[in-house]
Amino acid sequence: MTSDQAAQGIDDIEYEKPPSNWTLLWGDRMGRWGIIILVVVTVLAVFGPMIWPFDPAAVGEDSSSIFQPPSSAHWLGTDELGRDVFSQFLMGARISLFVGIMATLIATVIGAGIGVMAGFFRGPVDSAAMGVTDFFLVVPALPLMIALAAIFGQNLLIVIIVIGALAWPRTARIVRSQTLSLRERQFVPRARSLGASNARIIRTNITPHLLALIVANTILVVAGCILAEATLSFIGLGDPNRISWGSMLHFGFVSGAVGRGAWWYFLPPGLGILVVVLGFTLVGQSFERVTNPKMRGGA
Amino acid sequence: MPPLLRRILVLLVSLFAIVTFNFFLFHVIPGDPIRLIARTQKLAPDQVEKLRQSFGLDGSLIEQYFRYLSNLLHGDLGYSFSLKEPVSDVIGRALLNTLILLTVSTIIVVVVGIMIGVFAGSRHGKKADSATVVTSLIFWSLPTFWVGMLLVFTFGVWIGGLPISGITTPNAVYHSGIDYVMDVARHLILPTITLAIVDIAFFIIITRTSLVDVMGEDYMLTARGKGLTRRTMVWKHGFRNALLPVLTASVLYISALVAGAIQVEVVFSWPGMGLLTYNSVLARDYPVLEACFLVTAIVVLAANFGADLVYRRLDPRVAVNT
Repeated sequence: MTSDQAAQGIDDIEYEKPPSNWTLLWGDRMGRWGIIILVVVTVLAVFGPMIWPFDPAAVGEDSSSIFQPPSSAHWLGTDELGRDVFSQFLMGARISLFVGIMATLIATVIGAGIGVMAGFFRGPVDSAAMGVTDFFLVVPALPLMIALAAIFGQNLLIVIIVIGALAWPRTARIVRSQTLSLRERQFVPRARSLGASNARIIRTNITPHLLALIVANTILVVAGCILAEATLSFIGLGDPNRISWGSMLHFGFVSGAVGRGAWWYFLPPGLGILVVVLGFTLVGQSFERVTNPKMRGGA
Repeated sequence: MPPLLRRILVLLVSLFAIVTFNFFLFHVIPGDPIRLIARTQKLAPDQVEKLRQSFGLDGSLIEQYFRYLSNLLHGDLGYSFSLKEPVSDVIGRALLNTLILLTVSTIIVVVVGIMIGVFAGSRHGKKADSATVVTSLIFWSLPTFWVGMLLVFTFGVWIGGLPISGITTPNAVYHSGIDYVMDVARHLILPTITLAIVDIAFFIIITRTSLVDVMGEDYMLTARGKGLTRRTMVWKHGFRNALLPVLTASVLYISALVAGAIQVEVVFSWPGMGLLTYNSVLARDYPVLEACFLVTAIVVLAANFGADLVYRRLDPRVAVNT
């Protein structure tokens, strides 16, 4: 047997690659439904407003065009100003998703940052960070969001910052406890004995092990942020120049669509919120389950 | 330090943090509201000074802070310029109405949520279990205010029959105290159902997960080996141990409950803290908004403290370990 043959033999061995997280997710029934929901909604949100012919802000010509029930032209009828509800619905999907995802990114950066620092450095850094975290965990979030939005004014950026700045405490807690256990693993002292700095250890040894946890948690946080945006906008603290599902429900409520029985106006945005939040919840929970071997098998 | 004393200390520090945070939020960040008023109306300098005093905005920041603390300690929350009465009077009434709503709905939510959670958890892996989980996740994804709108539509427009707004019937004449209580109870039905529909799902999921964990413990195998009936096994051995994580999680529930109450009160015009917050936002009545936030935060802190005390009573291990 020549060395060439030996090498050939090794190459012939078929390694069983561990399935990727996405394969596992697709194999999980709840995860699959969640992915389908999110893909459909994203496609609607991105391409819908480009295709649908009506301008969501164009008001009707006279009083006969207001609160019209669904027809072949206006699939979801018109609102209190005669605007097309379906085009608002498509535009609302965009804003709701955009705000939810951007706020979550802010929350994840703050939460994961604080969590890693607290867990890695321990001692006074940890006590201080967790003191702040616990404070924000017990402060009732919605009243605080309302106060902040009322003080800082109403535009999309402020809504995103306000929601993101209050959605991080749980991420910080979860990341911290995982970091605490990671830093006790063998590879940390080994990396240190090779001369690695704290920053390098956090970057190359700690963070990669946290990623699955952070992703699962992030997906769940999006669900909460979308609900938060809807609630703030419903209360009338959203950006008045942007249509979101929450603001549609705000105007529907204030204009008396409920009393008039204009179901085409207040049913779709609520269903939209429900479906998207459910989609993120399903994917997040399923991701948590398939990436955490301890939870596999159990529900 | 004894654990209870430590908890009380933490509570006091948190209270102080809330009060200070509130001061910065409403008195420092927005800058000088008097300048805003002075810009729209022509005011003489001495009038500006008078306004500044009435808002507690004269003197240095530190002076303002201590005056703010002393006012709080005297129960002086300022004056509402939209309602033309002291904020503390307004808050007092609203807080009572909110507590009525929250007490009734919390009892229903906890009892029903735990029952269904135990039902699902003890059937882990069966059809009934997964159906309950999926249903609960759907309900948990519902925006509370939208559920309220649907109920208003159903019972106010479509079927009718139940009051959809306020806490009593306007201009009603009551012949006895019972009449009055019944009227309030009727007005409570839809707000309570709205809150309960979303929040029960939360308790179902948590109870179920916790019970599933407990059912895998060795002592449950022992209980089964002893030949206990299923009911004794689930309720006496399983549920009691599953209850502790449920209680821990209810801390998160308190915040969700407050958020739900605000939405429900807005939709059903229930005259509590949530509606007051909403109206003060619309009227830009900052003294009221500030007091609403402060009082809500303090009540939530106190509720957390209470939950923690109960937790310690139920689980002696916690009291020993910390």
